[in-house]
This record gives sequence, C-alpha cells and structure tokens, in this order.
Amino acid sequence: MRHTISVLVHNQSGVLSRVSNLFSARGYNIDSLVVGVTDDPKVSRMTIVVRGDDRVIDQVEKQLNKLVDTIKVVDLTQDDFIARDLALIKVKAEPESRSQVMEIVRCFDGKIVDVALKSFIVEVTGKESKINGMIELLKNYGIIEMVRTGEVAISRGKKVHEEEEKKVKVKAGKAGQSNL
Amino acid sequence: MKQPKSKLKTGAQMVVDIMVEEGVEMLWGLTGGAVLPIFDAFYQNSDRIRLIDTRHEQGAIHMAEGYAKATGKVGVCIATSGPGATNLITGLTDALMDSVPLVAITGQVPSALIGTDAFQEADVVGITRSCTKHNYLVKNIQELPQILRNAFFIARSGRPGPVLVDIPKDIAASAAEVPYPKHANIPLSKFVPEIDFSQLGKMAELLRHAKRPLIYAGGGVINAGASEALYKFARKTNIPVTLTLMGLGAYPANDRQFIDMLGMHGSYRANMALSHCDLLIAIGSRFDDRVTGKLSEFSPLSKKIHIDVDPTSIDKNVKVDAHVLGDMKTILEALTKSAGSHDYDEWYEQLDSWHGKHPLAFKQNPNGPILPQFAVDEIYRLTKGDAIITTEVGQHQMWAAQYYRFNKPRRWITSGGLGTMGFGFPAAIGAAFAFPDATVIDIAGDGSFQMTLQELAVVKQHNLNVKVIILNNKFLGMVKQWQDLFFDKRYASTAIPAQPDFVKLAEAYGIQGFRAETPKDATQTLEKVFKSKEPCVVDLMVDPEEHVYPMVPAGGSTKDIVLSRAMEMARMQSEAKPHPSKAKGGRK
Repeated sequence: MRHTISVLVHNQSGVLSRVSNLFSARGYNIDSLVVGVTDDPKVSRMTIVVRGDDRVIDQVEKQLNKLVDTIKVVDLTQDDFIARDLALIKVKAEPESRSQVMEIVRCFDGKIVDVALKSFIVEVTGKESKINGMIELLKNYGIIEMVRTGEVAISRGKKVHEEEEKKVKVKAGKAGQSNL
Repeated sequence: MKQPKSKLKTGAQMVVDIMVEEGVEMLWGLTGGAVLPIFDAFYQNSDRIRLIDTRHEQGAIHMAEGYAKATGKVGVCIATSGPGATNLITGLTDALMDSVPLVAITGQVPSALIGTDAFQEADVVGITRSCTKHNYLVKNIQELPQILRNAFFIARSGRPGPVLVDIPKDIAASAAEVPYPKHANIPLSKFVPEIDFSQLGKMAELLRHAKRPLIYAGGGVINAGASEALYKFARKTNIPVTLTLMGLGAYPANDRQFIDMLGMHGSYRANMALSHCDLLIAIGSRFDDRVTGKLSEFSPLSKKIHIDVDPTSIDKNVKVDAHVLGDMKTILEALTKSAGSHDYDEWYEQLDSWHGKHPLAFKQNPNGPILPQFAVDEIYRLTKGDAIITTEVGQHQMWAAQYYRFNKPRRWITSGGLGTMGFGFPAAIGAAFAFPDATVIDIAGDGSFQMTLQELAVVKQHNLNVKVIILNNKFLGMVKQWQDLFFDKRYASTAIPAQPDFVKLAEAYGIQGFRAETPKDATQTLEKVFKSKEPCVVDLMVDPEEHVYPMVPAGGSTKDIVLSRAMEMARMQSEAKPHPSKAKGGRK
C-alpha cells in the first residue's frame, strides 16, 4: 500500500542523505521525497511517499525515528491529510490547438506562466491523480518537457478539532471543509 | 603583573580534554598527515590518557572493540584522513552489527581543501553514513566540544554503536575559547524508550499459562548490564534458558537451567526446545537469520514475547504477541516481581531426553589427529573457565562457542553479526589492555589470523598476556565444510597450502611460538603456556576433516538439523540418487 509519511528533521547537512540512504540500504521502495524548511529555519519537513505492506511501513517509521536528526515521524495515511503535487509542463501550442490547450488548463485550475511562439508552460497544483489526468489530456497536443515536485502533504487541522471542538463545532462545518 | 591565563584551546586539545572528562583511559590509532595535530596533543597529555600505536587502522578499531566488549565502556580509536579512515570501515560495520559502543576520530584534510580531491582526501562522513550509528564532520571549532560530547553519549546510549567524528586539520590546529558543555544536547529518550508497564501484565498472563516456556536471550542483555536481572528472573520462574552466540555469558553456562546455545550451530536440545516451546521469551536478541532459519517454520507452536531497547528489532523478522521496550534491567526486575514459579517437570524431562540423545560431544582418539573440539575443551579445563576468550570467524569460532563454557558476561568476545575474520586477535589485545592480569586467548583459525597478525608487534611492545591458539587445518574450514556438504567437495579457494611457519613468525616478532601435532602434545603445550604470563602463538595442527555439528543448514528449519558426519553422508547419498550433481547454493 502507498503511504505518505511526514518527517520533521533537524536542518543539518547530510540529513537528506541519511534518510535516502536508509531507504536504499534496506530496500524500501520510495515513490517521492520532498524536503523544505518549516517556519522554524532549524527544522525541515520531509514528505516521503513509500510503498510497502504493514510490516515494511512499520519498519520505515521505526528506522526513521532511530536517526539522530529525526524529530518526529507521522504516517499521514493513518488520518485525514491534504497532499499536493506541483507540475510545470511545457506543452506544444500550435495556432490551431492553442485555444483547446487553454481550455484544458482552465478546467484543471492551472495557469499558463509562459507563452512562446509554439508552446506554453503550464503550472498546475493538486492531487497526484488530478495532475496525471491533465497530463494525459495534454499528451494529445505534445508535451515537450515536464517537471514535477513530488507530493507534499500536511495533516488537516486535527489538533484544533480535538482541543477546541466544542467551541468551534458550529462554525467549523463550512470553514473546515475543503473540496480540493 | 601576572598575565591572566589564556582560555584559548586548540581543537586537538579539546579532543583530549573531552575524552578525559568522558572517562577514556586509552585509545588506539595510527597517525598521518591530517591527524598530526591531534596526535601531538595526545603526546603532550600522555600522563592523562594513553594513545597506543597499532600497525594498521583495522587493528586499532578492533582493539577498541575488544576493550569495549570486555569492559562495557566506550572504545576509542583514531586514524588519519583518506586511507586511514577507510581502513576503519570494517571495524565500524562490525561495531554497528554487534552493538559495540565506539567513538572513532578521523583527521580530515583542511577545510579549504575539502572537495578538491586533495592528497589523502576521502568523503569519510559520506562513506561511513551507513556503517555508523551517527557521524559528524566538524565545520567550526565552536561546535567541536558539543559534537564530542554527543558522540560519546550516542555511542553508549540505548542500543550502543559506533560514532565517527571527522575533524579537518585546520580545526584541530586552530585555537578558540569555547566552554565545554556538561552534557549532550540530545534527550536520552531518543535511544531508550519509556517503559510501557501496562504491557507487563499481558506478559505475566502469557507466563502464567505457559507449559513449555523458553528464554532466548542475546547480547543486548550484556549491553544493558542485565545479566544479573536475567539470572534472577530465570531462577525465580524456573524457565530454561538458551543464549545466542552474542549472548554467551549473559547466563551462567554451568547452571542447571541452561540448555546451551541455539541457532545454526546450537545444541540439539536448544533447537528442539525452540521448535517445541509454547512461549518464547526473547530478551535482548533480534531474531537473526542464523537463529531463526526458515522464518515460516520458526518456533511454530509458541506465543512470543520480546523485551528489547531497540524499537526497530520488534516485529522486524518475527511478529511477536507482546513486547516491552526500554531498559532491560528495569523491565526484567519488574517482571520478576510479578512472576510466579512453576516446576515444568514434563518440559525439563523432555529437554533432558533431547540432551541425552544428542549432547554436544566429541571422541578424541589419543593416537589420532587433534580434534578441534578437544583443543577448546582443554583450553577450558586448563584455564578453569576464567580466561577472556576472543575468536576469529569460522569453524574454530563455533567450536569455541560450543565447548568453552562462559559463566560470566564479557568474557566472550566474538564478531557475530558481521562475521569479521581478523577480528579476534586485535580484540584480544584490546581486552588485554583493559585487564592486564587476565589470561586473554584468541582462539584463531589459520586463515583468519593471517588477516591482522601484524599486531603481534603491539603484543611484543607492551608485553601483553595474549595467547593466540591457532586451530590449524590449513583450510578456510567453514567454507570448506559448506563445499563438503553442498558443492561436491570442490574446494574452490579454500585450501591454504602455502602457510607461514607460525612458530617462526611469532619468533620473528620476538614472541614465543609452539606447535603441537598430537593430542598429548597439545595438552602439554597448553599446560606450559598457561603457566606463563608471557604472550605466545600456539599452532595446533587439527584434523582438517572435522565439521561443526549440529548444523541447521542456512534457510532450513530445526527438522533439517544435521548431527553428525554419518547422518550427513546418509542424507547426501539419498539425495544424490535422483540428482547426481545437485548442489545447493548459499553463502557462508
């Protein structure tokens, strides 16, 4: 099964290598790994998408926790979470197909961030499945090149719900919902 | 007017100071260009701490390991950049696999040269990332004292392991005023989980219902200083005990509840107990493949309990029914309090009958060649079980494990996880430095000893009471055994026809050498050398045809256990009929 694991780490040199090393050394299958700093510049957050059965995922979590630089490991898949991927797609846009490409981009809430004589660069964010869907459609017009970030993910406002459930119960109905 | 004393200290001085504060008495190393300033600081502080020169960095790190395993303290070694550091790799991996607390210091080329392919430069933190518990490249002298503190803390906390600190030459040589931190800035909970006492109730419940319980304890018990607690737990509950290779000595071998080592070359009784018990209590052991054999057939009738300090060991290879993580001593003491006692009469009768059927035994013909088992048994008899025994890796190691009986922890020093040939001799030197009055014996193979024998020079220089006893069969015997069994006796690369004369070799280093070719000779020679406090090399010419039995073939289960050469031959003949050239593959 596919799991999205969020790891908070001390922002030390070599920490990315330690984590990726762990996966290769123990033969775990990694789909994507994204790192970036958090609001605290000393702390980075990694989002790792990994495939494996329960035993493998259990080991992945424990092995990550064992690294000295690791602060916290959460398997987001256990709970409700938001995951997003960003893609930049350079797609052919000949005069006769331009408007069709633009229509597809609009349907997927994408943005055209660069316009050239015979191509666009399209920026799109969303769930992996949404981006895959858009790529499938754009392939018909010819994708020149493409880059994707891999999944970043964060859990939904669980803590707020737990701690202040009573207070915000009424209001939270709409505000907490998201259709993204 | 008196000038105020400068508080400026060089990086090298900081290394010495923190080590002294951490209780390091001695360390082993080999110098070189990039590490020169640090060696200089040790030279100037030789009244506070001893740095012992070795002939090879691998020797240095195995000495540090031997010291650590014999004392329980952190072993320390030091090497220069590039080749000095890469020569430590085997020892680091060995220490990681066997959970040995160890700190390795390496010199690095000056900061400004890092990444330029400078002379004797290697990406040491990169190379050692997967063979250390943690490692550091020091980038700034300000952070050096804290890094050193952390290194010792990480090495010894929880499941111990090796930590490497790579120090560029300019940082070691430059000076700064940095206060020494008192503690590591990592919480202990990172390495020692809080004990979940609620799990103990579940364990007590499982214990209450067990009719055929078995304790399977490993090296983790020794690392946790929990041997005494294990003894009390086992004695109170009356549960039989088997130990892993790494655990030997964690429970007294001569105790009536001890049923010998288990695993690939464990006793028939222990392996049968494993497959027939209804409750298996794993303590500080990790369900290694040399213990479990075929996982699907491993201890099929038992509920399983696991007590350990390392969360990654739980459910890694074998799923357990209950586990408790944390300090094993505390857990065992709590469990002992709540546990009751049973007589388990039927269970002990069954164990006795297995033992009666196939005990660990050998028959030495007084006119035949020396049996290696006999040699180990004589070493045990003559040292009254009081020696510190180290081994290399192979047949001799298994015979030593089977026939030397360890009644106390930290007297058995062997490379279990990595299986490092060449480990035992330098490890013996490290142990001899720690206990200069003890008899330290490296039970060696002729193949393994040739890997690190240059350290004879260290034995001579410091006149250490180290006795190397070679069980010489002129073969890489364990691999030969596998060739005998699984490769139709095709001895690819295992014969060692051009051996040195080990007696003359010892003499070349100024050490006494002896050779024995008959059992009587062997006894007399051993009697003589154990009376003396001098180092020596004893070359015992043993029967090259001997195999280590029992043997559970790799990937097999207890029902595949082979108990003797006759049994093996019968099996091979019956297998040979349908498939005349059948050869089972497998690594040693």
